[in-house]
Amino acid sequence: MKILVCISHVPDTTSKINFTDGDTKFDTNGVQFVINPNDEFGLTRAMWFKEKQGASVDVANVGGPETEPTLRKALAIGADNAIRVNTEATDGFYVARQLAKIIQDGGYDLVIAGRESIDYNGGMVPGMISALTGANFVNTCIGIEVEGDTATVIREIDGGKETSTAKLPLIVGGQKGLVEESDLRIPNMRGIMMARKKPLTVVEPIEANQETKAIQFQKPTPKGEVTLVDPDNVDQLVALLHNEAKVI
Amino acid sequence: MSILVYTESEGQKFKKAAFEVASYAKEVATMFGTTVTAVSINGGDSSELGTYGVDKVLEIKNDKLATFNAKVYADVIKQAAVQEDAKVIVVSSTADSKFLAPLLAVHLNAGYASNVVGLPESVSPFKVKRTAFTNKAFNITEIPTDVKVIGLSNNAFGLKESATAVAFEAFDPSLSDDDFGVQVTAVDKATDKVSIADAEIVVSGGRGLKGPENWGMIEELADVLGAATACSKPVSDMGWRPHSEHVGQTGKPVASNLYIAVGVSGAIQHLAGINASKVKVVINNDPEAPFFKAADYGIVGDAFEVVPRLIEKLKEFKSNNA
Repeated sequence: MKILVCISHVPDTTSKINFTDGDTKFDTNGVQFVINPNDEFGLTRAMWFKEKQGASVDVANVGGPETEPTLRKALAIGADNAIRVNTEATDGFYVARQLAKIIQDGGYDLVIAGRESIDYNGGMVPGMISALTGANFVNTCIGIEVEGDTATVIREIDGGKETSTAKLPLIVGGQKGLVEESDLRIPNMRGIMMARKKPLTVVEPIEANQETKAIQFQKPTPKGEVTLVDPDNVDQLVALLHNEAKVI
Repeated sequence: MSILVYTESEGQKFKKAAFEVASYAKEVATMFGTTVTAVSINGGDSSELGTYGVDKVLEIKNDKLATFNAKVYADVIKQAAVQEDAKVIVVSSTADSKFLAPLLAVHLNAGYASNVVGLPESVSPFKVKRTAFTNKAFNITEIPTDVKVIGLSNNAFGLKESATAVAFEAFDPSLSDDDFGVQVTAVDKATDKVSIADAEIVVSGGRGLKGPENWGMIEELADVLGAATACSKPVSDMGWRPHSEHVGQTGKPVASNLYIAVGVSGAIQHLAGINASKVKVVINNDPEAPFFKAADYGIVGDAFEVVPRLIEKLKEFKSNNA
């Protein structure tokens, strides 16, 4: 089985978010970049398929040279090959078209991409690559097993979960649940040394339109002071929620 | 042209999100000087959609569509969009709508903006405001394509009544067997509980509750308020509560009217996930907990004393206001 894990290069979850150039660009100053958490769950699940079922695992990212450390980290975790499409990831549709090309050329059986990146939260790349390649697709995937050419997939739905079966090739939008948080792997020294020797192929982008443009950013307006209520007077909280906030 | 809205239903009843996207579509239609057409797949009583400004409902009744299938549903909505010459298609942010929206965007060659939180800032160029960086920021997105797909954040717009004489029309899309590649074999859904996605009120517990055995009062508080229960990341990581309750940056987003956090310190990742909630209440014995900076109302006190008292007072309030 050939697996591709799509990797987004995103600011660490603890990052303070700021913008520059008149609030038109994300300020990367002092920001630590990581593998998108939703992708990392998928990568770890892919490692399981590699170890238990002999799958090969490639990783791909659409981004400039600055994203290579993130791909190297994925190689250090255990991916076999990395592919970087050398272009700025301008919007989800554009990224999906680049990845669809990689998937078609590579003949992958299973593609795992995070259900959304934690920076732009577009939540569109996995679905779009399925529509562009014609492969089956399951989003918000929290469990996957593969036997022969058929996958059994568990999807998180509002208020529960749903199990389905689908033939490969299959695209899944992954998230926490594919593996547990405690199963995530930190690259060890041997992995890091080996990653240096693994192939990281840079390919040029195909021509594609950008269908959306993030033209301006805004930070939420700072919150007013919290209204403190005495713990011996919870009546007051009930009254505030009813009369002032009007939420009960 | 018209504005097309996908109005989701469950068990032949429209979801609340359906009325919200209809309300939104109505105002977008007003901006464009046009009408709203809803797509209803094995849906509820279409006349209910007229309450929220829908002019026409394309009613699809088909047993093959009894179970949600993203690929098939996206194709059905695409056919409706083509028939109606729709330039803007509005969907909600339920799990199913987020599943199908990217497929729909590809079929229509449309720019797609998800997590949209307000009406278009302008129609030409078409610009909408959406959340980004997991609620730590907003971005204004321009969609230059002829057809646009908008995913409206749940609870961002609310319901707006606009009584309209609604016309119904049977719609019979062509279905391709090839699209049924994903076959649902089992659904496991708690029907007696409010889901976090649907909830207007969410009650959340953190590590401050000391152990899973102390969740009884969280569930009781949720019960009194008709709320969903949620938890912080450490709580789900330690297995005190199921992952499905984990809210925050890597868990579920919450956009409720009221969010009550008990014993949750308020790590940046947690706050990012719940920031879209309108009113936030924190109960914590540590006055330095970061959550107090993000909350509207707070009680510095022992949750094990405050919560039972709050439950009692809310019960009194409910019986007086019943």
